[in-house]
Amino acid sequence: MTEPLLHAGTARPGDAGEEADPDVEHPGGFWSDAWRRLRGRPLFWVASAIILVLLVMAVFPSLFTAVDPRAADLAGSGATPGPDAPLGRDLQGRDVYARAIYGAGPTLAVGVLATLGTVLLGALAGLLGGYRGGWPDSLLSRFAEVFAGLPFVLGGIVILTTYNPPGQLVGESRLVVQVVATIVVLSWPMAMRIMRAATITARDQDYVRAARALGAGRLRVVFRHILPNTLAPVLVYATIQLGAFIGAEATLSFLGIGLKDPVVSWGVMIAESQDRVAQIPHAILFPAGFLVVTVLAFVMLGDAVRDALDPRGR
Amino acid sequence: MRRWATAVAAALALALLVAACGGGGGDEQSAQTVGIEWGEPENPLIPGNTTEQNGGDVIDALFAGLVKYDVDTGQPSNEVADAITTTDNRTFTIRIRPGWTFHDGTPVTSQSFVDSWNWTAAGPNAAGAQSFMEKIDGYDEVSPEVPTAPTMRGLRVVDPQTFTVTLEQPFTIFPLTLGYSAYYPMPQRFFTDRAGYEAAPVGNGEFRFESRTPNQNLVLVRNDQYAGSVKPQVQRLDFRVYSELQTSYDDVLSGNLDHVRQVPPAALTGDRWRTDLGAGAHQKEGLVTDSLGVPLYDPRFANPLVRQAISMSIDRQTITQQIFGGVYRPATGYATSAADGYVPNQCGELCTFDPQRARQLLAQAGGFAGPLTLTANSDGGHDPYMEAVATSIRQTLGIDARYAPVPSFSEQRRLANAQQFTGLFRNGWQGDYPSIETFLTQLYRTGASSNDYGYANPAVDAALSQADQAPTTQAANAGYAAAERTILADMPNIPLWSRPVIYGNSARVAEAEHNPLNRQDTTTYRLNPQG
Amino acid sequence: MGRYTLRRLLQLVPVFLGTTFIVYALVWGLSDDPFAGKCGQRECSPAYIATMTERYNLDDNILVQYLKYLGALLTGDFGQTFSGTEVSSLIATAYPVTIRLALVALLIEAVIGILAGIVSGVRGRGFVDSLVLVSTLFLISLPVFVTGLVLKQVLGVELGIIRTSVPNDPSFGDLLVPGFVLGSLSMAYVARLTRTSLVENARADFVRTAVAKGLTHRRVVGVHMLRNSLIPVVTFLGTDLGALMGGAIVTEGVFNIRGIGGLVFRGILQQDTATVVGIVVLLVIVYLVANLVVDLLYAVLDPRIRYD
Repeated sequence: MTEPLLHAGTARPGDAGEEADPDVEHPGGFWSDAWRRLRGRPLFWVASAIILVLLVMAVFPSLFTAVDPRAADLAGSGATPGPDAPLGRDLQGRDVYARAIYGAGPTLAVGVLATLGTVLLGALAGLLGGYRGGWPDSLLSRFAEVFAGLPFVLGGIVILTTYNPPGQLVGESRLVVQVVATIVVLSWPMAMRIMRAATITARDQDYVRAARALGAGRLRVVFRHILPNTLAPVLVYATIQLGAFIGAEATLSFLGIGLKDPVVSWGVMIAESQDRVAQIPHAILFPAGFLVVTVLAFVMLGDAVRDALDPRGR
Repeated sequence: MRRWATAVAAALALALLVAACGGGGGDEQSAQTVGIEWGEPENPLIPGNTTEQNGGDVIDALFAGLVKYDVDTGQPSNEVADAITTTDNRTFTIRIRPGWTFHDGTPVTSQSFVDSWNWTAAGPNAAGAQSFMEKIDGYDEVSPEVPTAPTMRGLRVVDPQTFTVTLEQPFTIFPLTLGYSAYYPMPQRFFTDRAGYEAAPVGNGEFRFESRTPNQNLVLVRNDQYAGSVKPQVQRLDFRVYSELQTSYDDVLSGNLDHVRQVPPAALTGDRWRTDLGAGAHQKEGLVTDSLGVPLYDPRFANPLVRQAISMSIDRQTITQQIFGGVYRPATGYATSAADGYVPNQCGELCTFDPQRARQLLAQAGGFAGPLTLTANSDGGHDPYMEAVATSIRQTLGIDARYAPVPSFSEQRRLANAQQFTGLFRNGWQGDYPSIETFLTQLYRTGASSNDYGYANPAVDAALSQADQAPTTQAANAGYAAAERTILADMPNIPLWSRPVIYGNSARVAEAEHNPLNRQDTTTYRLNPQG
Repeated sequence: MGRYTLRRLLQLVPVFLGTTFIVYALVWGLSDDPFAGKCGQRECSPAYIATMTERYNLDDNILVQYLKYLGALLTGDFGQTFSGTEVSSLIATAYPVTIRLALVALLIEAVIGILAGIVSGVRGRGFVDSLVLVSTLFLISLPVFVTGLVLKQVLGVELGIIRTSVPNDPSFGDLLVPGFVLGSLSMAYVARLTRTSLVENARADFVRTAVAKGLTHRRVVGVHMLRNSLIPVVTFLGTDLGALMGGAIVTEGVFNIRGIGGLVFRGILQQDTATVVGIVVLLVIVYLVANLVVDLLYAVLDPRIRYD
């Protein structure tokens, strides 16, 4: 990433806290340094490979299975894994493997988009509030508290039933967007509070004061000095929230207002199977397993990115 | 560091203190108490204002009615009533037995019944069971928001032990309906001190009110002055509020609770519940049916052939077997076998799974346009079977049938009241008294209170009226059965299956029975001798 | 600090009014027929609707309705449910249970989470770190009800170590397993957060200085690193306490804990507006106060942060 012209004159003096680390002085700038460090991490490549497979699964599910995920053989309800259905059948007699494959797309769409939305919205608000302080901070924080005070179930029911009259059919992509929007609207305050706390800590650090004293532009201070120092908690939060948001999507489905037939997601599969966890455990354990692997991949990716972005990194 | 450690230790100590205070409790009483799975009632505990199960279960223990339904057969027999006589099936003379008293010591008289029924019928009281009085002469004058008469002229007190009921039209099976909770007597206390009554309800039944903690539990204690023929045996009933059926079921299995009024569907699979509960597992024929209502106001469903095709595309046998462990019975008509006047196999081939014939009928009707939605409320545990029914229709008829749930029962009712369903809707029905009539009049008469389909067939209305006025119960039942056949051919409501009465007792319980109306008969409750 | 606190307390007023108004409007506006389903399968009688309309002032404009509600609220009157129960008495029985459960859950997630975070953070990458990572991820990915049902089935029904449901007036021990279930997701997050913060701070100047000064490893970790690493953790715990105080629908359901979560959940589904609004009003206050306390804690934990 090239430095914006605006900041060209103040590129060096801001690094007061980093002088011990010769790595940072490497030509090519902060972001390309980060990329170089990232490339060298095996963790990054493993995580990327898993995510790539998941993405292919999401976009071309038919590459992985020829079975229709909606086809049900009720007589074979709850069948255990076997040659006929590799991961067994659920209560309705549907192939768990085919459903898990077809569920990857909507699951990732909801999980990733909701995480991105929450983090972007929350981080932006937190950064602004924490750095600026004063009345904008108060306003933003109090505004966030209004949203945080709403129970998730109530907010979900209100938002989703307002935009979808009950009992009516809604297109798949529209429903995904609505579910994502619902989760973002109701979850951003947490991301904001975390970002705000990290910003407040970073704002008063010596090197930030130094950068400001040396006349660094406001934007530059925020993005060049504060952001990298606040990313760690936000990334931890984001990667873990990915799993939690997929769970939130399951909650909405369970209430009958989230994703629904013919759309399938891992959350839907888990919600559907919860009553019979003792009788048909494979219908819940396999989608949960897919979820573990996915969250693991994103957490590893997050770890790698954080390490690479850390200006004090080796 | 030290400051920190102190703070953490203080917080810990505080948490432990708050968490530990309270807790525990004496166990002397619990040996004599039967714990019953329960849910918060939707209304104050007034017989005329209660139509749902939770309130009804407590009211049935608190009150005794004119007639009582046999715990095994559901047949009515006189309880508070000494005799119910009529010559024209329109005016009934009811004589009550002496010796009945309310829990506050006041006697149960004919006035107690007349006052109670008038209160329930009166418009300004907005009672939930108001429509149960609609057959009584003079109902139309007292039921509006601004009544034109204070009481119904059809009710007349002859003497403290006798009163007469005159109906607008003859209704032959009227005495049989009188065991329903809406017809229970009310003490004078209720009319003079309503708030006091609601805080501590007073009845004439086998148990007295002791205490209640909202959203936690309600305790009843044995009424030793009970005048009924069968006396209660256990000392106390503890109705405990549960939010999850599965938890109450686990509690019965591990001995924390004595009685579950239902069994989670998951436990029905493979007869697991019989293994789990052993001798505590109980099942008998009941009055509950599930069906799919058809929105006849949607022109896509106007052709009866479409409705019949859908009915014949549902594999009821496999669904009841796989989802309900074979405990539920595929429907062969609207009524259930526990109802007086039930005729088997009224529906015939129309309720039989026949993929070929179903496709044929649909083709004959010119197919079905657009997706077919099936709607139910997600908060009632209907998802698994609605999903299965939608799949059965889709895979048989090749149309895009989908389950499209709504979040709550109130949402479902809102759509029903506003006639806004765009597809088939779940329709559960619990009969109020053991007669075939309870499955027909309120559901299929033109403009009837639960006719959510917008069904109107003058021939059916006429047949039902005729049956109401038949000279004998047998003749009435024959008339109802004939009307049922006519309705089934029109198929405004697609029968799915009947739910038997299923309940479970813990190992402590010797006996705790429900009657076929799925109401608890608390006089049967007995604990095993301590050992 | 004193002025800051005062200003924050003053700010509570508009937020409180805003939130409660939104909730009030949302719940009543949820349906154009608030009485649907209140009378079983039948439609409610006009008389019933008239009575209820009067009881809840439904004929008024929403703002007037809200002000009337607020007026009653200020005199301590939370209103009545549709079934005629005082909402205040519902809250009075349910809230102590919720508070106990929330404290137990918070305690478990804080103690286990921070310890796991320290262990994996101090040791650095290795077996322990991976073990903590995988086990926390496992907890995150398993939905709460699965954790709850499995623990209940194994410990309650099969081994008989715990009760399968929590009694109405639960003790600390009764709530241990439900608290673990409820806190499991946050526990994973606390562990990750502590670990990340520690690793970050291990490279910070003040730690290098401390090490250079020759302080013991214990003291460096215990005083210098931990104290600075705990700021994001404390933020999270504080906010989470606010969330936990809001009740836990799933955990309460699985163990039949008669707390606030199930109450508000059923209130929403049954559109029992008085219950929902009353409880949410209370939750908003709790949440706002929790946030305020967290903000004040920053200053205590990190002397570099000052509120002017």
